[in-house]
Amino acid sequence: MKLEFSAADEAFRLEVRQFVQSRLPADIRRKVALGLRLEHADYVTWFRILEERGWLTPSWPKAYGGPGWTAVQRYIFDEETLLGNAPRIIASGIQMLGPVLQAFGTEEQKKKYLPGIRQSTTWWAQGFSEPGAGSDLATVRTTAVLEPDGKHFVVNGHKVWTSYAHWCSMMFALVRTDPQAAKPQEGISFLLIDMASPGITVRPIRMLEGGTDLNECYLDNVRVPVENLVGELNKGWSYGKYLLGHERTGIAGIGSCKQQLARARQLARQQGLGEDPLLQARLAQFEVELMALEFTALRLLSPNQQSRMPEVEASMLKVRGTELRQAIFETLLEIAGPDAVPFSLAAQHLEHLDEAPTDPSLVALAANCLDARKLTIYGGTSEVQRNLIARAALDAF
Amino acid sequence: MDFSLNDDHLALRDAVRRFCDGEYKLEHRGNPETPEQATRRWSGMAELGLLGLPFPEAMGGSGQGPVEVMVVAQELGRALGGAAFVASTVLAGELLWRLGSPAQQRRWLPDLASGTVQAGVALYEDGVRYDWRRLQMQARPSGDGYVLNGRKTGVLHGDSAGLLLVVARAGVPGAPGDGLAVFLVDAQAPGVQVHGFDTLDGRRAAHVTLADVHVGAERVLGVPGAAGEAVEAALDAAVAALCAEAVGVTEVLIEHTAEHLRTRRQFGAPLAKFQVLQHRLADMVIALEQLKSMACAAAMAVEADEPMQRRRLVSAAKVLVSQQGRQLGLSAIQMHGAMGMTDECRVGHCTKRLMVIGQLFGDASWHLQSLVAITSGQAA
Repeated sequence: MKLEFSAADEAFRLEVRQFVQSRLPADIRRKVALGLRLEHADYVTWFRILEERGWLTPSWPKAYGGPGWTAVQRYIFDEETLLGNAPRIIASGIQMLGPVLQAFGTEEQKKKYLPGIRQSTTWWAQGFSEPGAGSDLATVRTTAVLEPDGKHFVVNGHKVWTSYAHWCSMMFALVRTDPQAAKPQEGISFLLIDMASPGITVRPIRMLEGGTDLNECYLDNVRVPVENLVGELNKGWSYGKYLLGHERTGIAGIGSCKQQLARARQLARQQGLGEDPLLQARLAQFEVELMALEFTALRLLSPNQQSRMPEVEASMLKVRGTELRQAIFETLLEIAGPDAVPFSLAAQHLEHLDEAPTDPSLVALAANCLDARKLTIYGGTSEVQRNLIARAALDAF
Repeated sequence: MDFSLNDDHLALRDAVRRFCDGEYKLEHRGNPETPEQATRRWSGMAELGLLGLPFPEAMGGSGQGPVEVMVVAQELGRALGGAAFVASTVLAGELLWRLGSPAQQRRWLPDLASGTVQAGVALYEDGVRYDWRRLQMQARPSGDGYVLNGRKTGVLHGDSAGLLLVVARAGVPGAPGDGLAVFLVDAQAPGVQVHGFDTLDGRRAAHVTLADVHVGAERVLGVPGAAGEAVEAALDAAVAALCAEAVGVTEVLIEHTAEHLRTRRQFGAPLAKFQVLQHRLADMVIALEQLKSMACAAAMAVEADEPMQRRRLVSAAKVLVSQQGRQLGLSAIQMHGAMGMTDECRVGHCTKRLMVIGQLFGDASWHLQSLVAITSGQAA
């Protein structure tokens, strides 16, 4: 046991920090630091900078162009990029579909789709949730029927909460291919769908903080070539589960928590609350909880330190990390005091920041706080995670 | 950053667990010890090498460090046992080790390790709460030594300690240093009165009155007038050990609660079927993993012994242990219903130990305040 990171890990940390400092464009850095809106081009610019360095796909095996980092290095990378106010890596292509294709895709599928993910030329929409299938994802009703000639599926249905669908040229979707299956999980397949196909309509959903990153997608007799089926027919549920459980080091959002806690300390000084005893106690409490979270993430990666329930360690980290981040966001809002009240959608775009009714550092706080509610809803709500954790605990204790 | 446990740690853990399984019957864990049990267990711990665990082998110890202390304390926590392990071996032992001359260490550490002598640290006084730096007891120079007068409070296992490490002021006013010194006082010495009492968790502690107690120069630890740093370090080591102990207690608490949820039936179903209880259980196991991580971090910080980092991580760990330990216990009682409130049910005993650990050597507010002070010190 040793508290220090190894010299090699510290050197790596410094390398990442310097890379972010020197290569992240200043306007993107500013947008992230202030919580302003990011455009498609901002993500693409940053992702290409990372890809050029070989750092865009930290969790991918070396054979597929991953950097071959240890779990601790990936953790450090995540933390340093977020603390340096770089945009987070959007999960759908890199962290979700990539690993599924690598594990279950055909050689043609890998050759066709993996490069586009790495070069940020293809953005992938996640077609999982439906109006009637949220946390209870196994009840998806979007159907895919194989045409008699066996060459195409015809897909009909309605997907919802599709992040960035308006930026995406492809979608991976869970669709029902066997409505007669004994269990709802057994009749689902994993399909890759071209968003330019006739019959697809994308409609943005306006969220309470004013954002329109989420969409609903209507699929009306969309024809999908049979070679776009991933893995076996009716086995899609297991691929979907693999996908959701794949990325575990980043799931707690520790780098984001640190980023927001640093933001809170800075804003507290700026708002004249640097000596406020109640606020200082609250920030110290966050620091304790963040340490506990961070050390737990690192400890669970260490030999002989597995919990009694390895299958739900990611769930535990997600529950704790997301709830902590939300609590920090709420405190940020309180630090803003009366300045949390003015709201300008326009000023949340960098080019209109000077129209802001408040200090630029406070413009997006309320929107960020509201947007953070998604953290305990997506990827399995906190309630669903607690169901899983409890089931495991009842077996293990 | 390396949290891994090696094979030696696992072997130590298993050895202590075997000892505890033999000595502490499941249905009696947490009950006050009979004198026979106390004697047998204390010598059993000595035979296992636990009482001198962190002392050098030349001093009769096992030559281990804070991480091994953590492994042991966690197991003792599972058994609600260990008696004065933290008070004597960890707290008093650390103080002796930090301040004692080689001769003083040779004189006392082997006796502590063999269990012949149990030591207690007499630090706190009426009115100081946790802020021991404000203690008032004066050591008056007299002949070749000092004379001590005053009252010390809350000496853990003070009435079974043969050796008291009394912290008092001995500095010359105006001289540099914190003015503190540590005196080795024989509990049987003339003028020493030990008033033992029961504690909430079924253990013992004592208030100690000293009336014109003469202490020879050879019984002053280190240079008088500069003991504060060593006291702080010893307290940090003790707090880290208590945090590890709390992990063990919590683990057992959850085992009892999960078992109760599986077996107790109400409304035609086991309690385990009720989601509201499932979610409480989920929060308990999440808390356990966090407590474990903080106990490891505190142990590693004590081992690395860089004062600022040590204080920061130990305080952070203690905040969490004090807050969550009690909450977990009270939650387990609620989940057990009225049965959880009986003396027979072990969750109450676990809870009482967690409550005591929470209040010892600084509660959550105290350690949160030290964290604020450390953070603002770093920012300034």
